[in-house]
Amino acid sequence: MATSQAVVRPANRFFRRVREGNEIAYTITVICAASILLVTVLLVFQLWNNSGIARHKFGWSFIGSQTWDPVNEDFGALPLAFGTLVSSALALLIAVPSGLMAAIFLAELAPPKASDVLTFLIELLAAVPSVIYGLLGIFLLVPILKDHVVPVLKSTLGWLPIFSGPFYGYSMLAAGLVLAIMIIPFIVSVSREVLLAVPVEQREAALGLGATRWEATWQIVIPYASRGIYGSIFLALARALGETMAVTMVIGNNPKIAMSLLAPGYSIAAVIANEFSEASSAMHAASLTELGLVLFAITVIINGAARLMMLTTAEHAK
Amino acid sequence: MNEVDGTAVRMVQDPTQTIPAEATKPEMKVQLRTEGVNFYYGKYQALHGIDLDVYRHKITALIGPSGCGKSTFLRTLNRICETISHTRVEGKILLDGEDVMELDVTSLRRRVGMVFQRPNPFPKSIFDNVAYGARINGLHRQKRIRDIVEESLVRAALFEEVKDKLQQSALALSGGQQQRLCIARALAVNPEVLLLDEPCSALDPIATAKIEELLFVLKDTCTMVMVTHNMQQAARTAEYTGFFLLGRLIEFDKTDTIFRNPSKKETEDYITGRFG
Repeated sequence: MATSQAVVRPANRFFRRVREGNEIAYTITVICAASILLVTVLLVFQLWNNSGIARHKFGWSFIGSQTWDPVNEDFGALPLAFGTLVSSALALLIAVPSGLMAAIFLAELAPPKASDVLTFLIELLAAVPSVIYGLLGIFLLVPILKDHVVPVLKSTLGWLPIFSGPFYGYSMLAAGLVLAIMIIPFIVSVSREVLLAVPVEQREAALGLGATRWEATWQIVIPYASRGIYGSIFLALARALGETMAVTMVIGNNPKIAMSLLAPGYSIAAVIANEFSEASSAMHAASLTELGLVLFAITVIINGAARLMMLTTAEHAK
Repeated sequence: MNEVDGTAVRMVQDPTQTIPAEATKPEMKVQLRTEGVNFYYGKYQALHGIDLDVYRHKITALIGPSGCGKSTFLRTLNRICETISHTRVEGKILLDGEDVMELDVTSLRRRVGMVFQRPNPFPKSIFDNVAYGARINGLHRQKRIRDIVEESLVRAALFEEVKDKLQQSALALSGGQQQRLCIARALAVNPEVLLLDEPCSALDPIATAKIEELLFVLKDTCTMVMVTHNMQQAARTAEYTGFFLLGRLIEFDKTDTIFRNPSKKETEDYITGRFG
């Protein structure tokens, strides 16, 4: 570099131009980065500001209260937060094992070409609009549940409280299933990537000791990739917590806390989407905004906990 | 599993008697023999008709320029080459007279262990690294596993350095220690043959000297085949040396003969540094 600068004069001017370019690029990128922060701050500020009268009236009892009654203007977040958390947990319970197994198949066992084609299809699924998944839930999932799955569940596991009560189709179970279908592509494609990124030396070390392919995968490759796999799960969870449209279409939209997964429920995102445009009063609108604040807090807490967990496991591995 | 104890005893006895390399003892038997081994990556033929005998409890070095097929050949011996798709092996590889293609691949790899070019410890504790092989072989008794781990670390000349930190992560060890740990891990399943794929290429001279010293001692209990780029290393450690070029075994003989009096011109050119 130095020699070429010394020999060719015009190069000097060229390099100076680049340096000025650097400063311009620096300024632009800083502005862009700062605007992300600004948006976050504005978001919280707006939620906080617009929920003022609800926060004043209900205080902390807003979070603990079990009623959501727009007619009598009595609002509490618990049944909705419950619906959000339970439907997301149910989705994870179904999606994590099946998504992980699919990722293992694609990364470790499938012939590379078949794996690429399947992965492309799976990533395509991640791009399908959620309203389509809602329709899938209504036209496919709910009838199947009603005619085939739930009767079997009731006759075998009906004694469990989570499978008690009548089943009308639109329910927490349906919402959890639709969410599971929606988040599986995330888990599969991210987990596959991290499994493929495990150094081939790790695999060979295990195989060279006489491990079977499955032992090498299960005991060596997956632990090695575990941080990335957790990452994929949290990404999926974040999507499930905030999912609105598909959940609204199948969850039943009933703000009651029920033990049974067969009973209808409601989620925070669904109630905001359904009621905000026709909120009957200022208090109703403010309460819906406060629900937004609660959802925001839930996602921040869960993501924070996830980060913390990943940090501690990283220390353990080192 | 009494074998473990057997070898330990032998190890104690052997150093007292210096066996001349030419001695026609039972140990002079061929342990691993290849007959006309061809290897293909897809349509590309990487090995052409390799015939080679590996003698029991000796070190056999494989030398040759990069891309000559010596690592590929090594990887056919424990069939780890099969992990790459679209590859094919032809010819016979006999371990104590048994065709390795007819052996169960996991039991073959227990009998023919491998140490890789770059140290590749698992991100687990030192103890768990060495115990891994024993555990997948169905050992569960804690006491037995502890014994095997200690014995393997002693054999790999690492025990004194790590005995107080067996529960610490293996990744905290230096490169040379990690490679000796990988050797200990391979020894823990008590292999008859140990394949070493340029085991010192990522190490500094002091760590290299330690590994060579270790190989010299291990010879009493283990047959070794070592791929190396370093001709001095082959000359220092190996009794037998094979020279590979362009996928062919050009010459195979006692190390002395290969370095002092090679019969092929290519070998002479390579060892005198005319190419490669």
